Amino acid sequence: MPEKTYLQAISDGLRQEMRRDERVFVLGEDVGVYGGAFKVTAGFLDEFGPWRVIDAPLSEIAIVGGATGSALMGLRPIAELQFSDFVACAWDQVVTVAAKQHFRAGTPVPIVLRLPSGGGFSGGPFHSQSPESAFTHVPGLKIVCPATPHDAKGLLATAVEDPNPVLYFEHKHLYRRIKAEVPDERYTIPFGKARIERAGDDVTLVTWGAMVYTAAEAAEALQSEGVSAEIIDLRTLQPWDKRAVLESVAKTSKLLILHEDTRTSGFGAEIAAQLVEEAFEQLDAPIRRIAAPDTPVPFSPVLEKAYIPQVEDVAGALRELAEY
Amino acid sequence: MAVTRDTGSLSSSLDAEQLGLDRADLLSIYRDMLITRGIEERGHILYKQGKIPGSFYTGRGNEAAAVGVASAMRPEDAGTPLHRDMGVHVTRGVEPWRILAQYMAREDGPARGRDGNVHMALIEQNLVAMVSHLPAMMPVAVGLALAFRIRDERRVSVCWYGDGAAARGDAHEAMNFAGVRRLPVVFVCDNNQYAYSTPPQLEYACANLADRAAAYGFEGIVVDGTDVLAVYSTAKQAIEKARAGGGPTLVECVTLRMEGHAVHDDASYVPRELLEEWSKYDPIVRFRLWLGEHAQAGEAELSGLEEEVKTLLAEAQERAENSPLPDPNELEQGVYAEIEPPQGSPDA
Repeated sequence: MPEKTYLQAISDGLRQEMRRDERVFVLGEDVGVYGGAFKVTAGFLDEFGPWRVIDAPLSEIAIVGGATGSALMGLRPIAELQFSDFVACAWDQVVTVAAKQHFRAGTPVPIVLRLPSGGGFSGGPFHSQSPESAFTHVPGLKIVCPATPHDAKGLLATAVEDPNPVLYFEHKHLYRRIKAEVPDERYTIPFGKARIERAGDDVTLVTWGAMVYTAAEAAEALQSEGVSAEIIDLRTLQPWDKRAVLESVAKTSKLLILHEDTRTSGFGAEIAAQLVEEAFEQLDAPIRRIAAPDTPVPFSPVLEKAYIPQVEDVAGALRELAEY
Repeated sequence: MAVTRDTGSLSSSLDAEQLGLDRADLLSIYRDMLITRGIEERGHILYKQGKIPGSFYTGRGNEAAAVGVASAMRPEDAGTPLHRDMGVHVTRGVEPWRILAQYMAREDGPARGRDGNVHMALIEQNLVAMVSHLPAMMPVAVGLALAFRIRDERRVSVCWYGDGAAARGDAHEAMNFAGVRRLPVVFVCDNNQYAYSTPPQLEYACANLADRAAAYGFEGIVVDGTDVLAVYSTAKQAIEKARAGGGPTLVECVTLRMEGHAVHDDASYVPRELLEEWSKYDPIVRFRLWLGEHAQAGEAELSGLEEEVKTLLAEAQERAENSPLPDPNELEQGVYAEIEPPQGSPDA
């Protein structure tokens, strides 16, 4: 099986969807001639032409609204928001129009928004955010956060098939750093089905996106201390695989939740609340959360390192929970 | 404003035959205008009787603009009508009883009680249900046109907005994108001179909103929104131009909002003399006169039509009042659409 970077997996998946289904097209800023700010759609314009690879004006509202309108007429648009931070400009289109259309009008809005997210490269407050939690609060949206190249491709195919608005958060810091085996053939990965990144018995660690790798490093470090952590990669937040977390906690009785988004009202709070509601008697320790502090994403590398959860933060929390 | 308007019959010297409208078409347009106003008059009463929850908006004074544009569309064309555009739904064939059921939050309203007033549309009529954030529908309307262009279909999207919506950034992004890509979309600005209480001089600084079209590289036309044939003629040309690949047009239909923003609003901020002046240009009265003068429609025929519409709406109201209330047990259904099987070839 060929090895591909996370970015290549997304790019290959996109191309495969466009070859498979002529209803699929991409639009966004600089996606055509330039091939996308991160080169995810490099070469697409030549293969699919200017009406399936649409260089849009700098207009996030028109990009998302245009996607919604074309989806209502039977197409399957995939809109690239150059950085997930910029989806703020199109909040109304996502939350007011697309998310509510099926509930109130009975008309599906099958759009995929590709949202390059996350920090770790001094992108500063406007190119580094992980805004996925905010959108989990909006009924009608599906939220996808792949961590591996294999999942990135399979979840993208599922997103294109899904008749609902799907927000696909692709972590920029994984684009070229992460490489793994990815099948050439098309495959889908169901939404709402978590992946066990690492099996363990002492502590359950729930996370997603780039934090899966931070979690894995911390768990590896704790292994030598005799602490066995089970890492659950949720893969999708809406829907999310509560059953997988409950099953793991039934075994470990301890839960650590890790995310790169800020702490207050981050999706970790929802996971913690539901686990307390449904598994209180199985818990042998308070649920712990590790998340970014409640600040904007800072620019300076030393500040950003203090902002993004680090391996030693996670290792420390795992150790404390194991000893509790 | 570059619109001449007569108080009597329609000022347009348009020949109905030249417009491609036969007598039956003309009477059908008149009927749709009557139904539009009739539904809203009944709705107003139902609201005061407490039978319509929430708020209630009318498009009084906008009947010619809405019905005129909708009559110029083909069934395969699509659009995003707003809350003064009841006439669009009526013209495209939404049954009046379902509209009244919608207002009364019943199961048979197109939104099945999940959304109110004119927040409704039947997608099988190629209409998209509006949201309250009115200009947010503009990029969606452009998206409809984008789909037509991508598939190379001879279909046109109609994008409705108002003088208030024109002030929002969505309007700019929608028109700019449509202009850049020469998409088959017609922007119809219902300029009824008031955005809630805000008059034109506080909403925009250009002479006409249609002037803005030049900035996006297409034509803008101001039309008397109380003259249904002038609206029809202008809209028809714009729609057919778009269909032929000529790109967008902005059609500004100038009217006056003859009632409050919604029925709770007495519109005391609108000068009485302005309302009195515009009451002389009632679009239905004007078209009725024209039909008598130019379509040999006699008093008996027109009265008969008016009685027929009254009966239709009385029956519609009864049927709507008998529509069941939505079932609270189904509230959580339909937030998400169900997965459909994938299309296309399985191997890439």
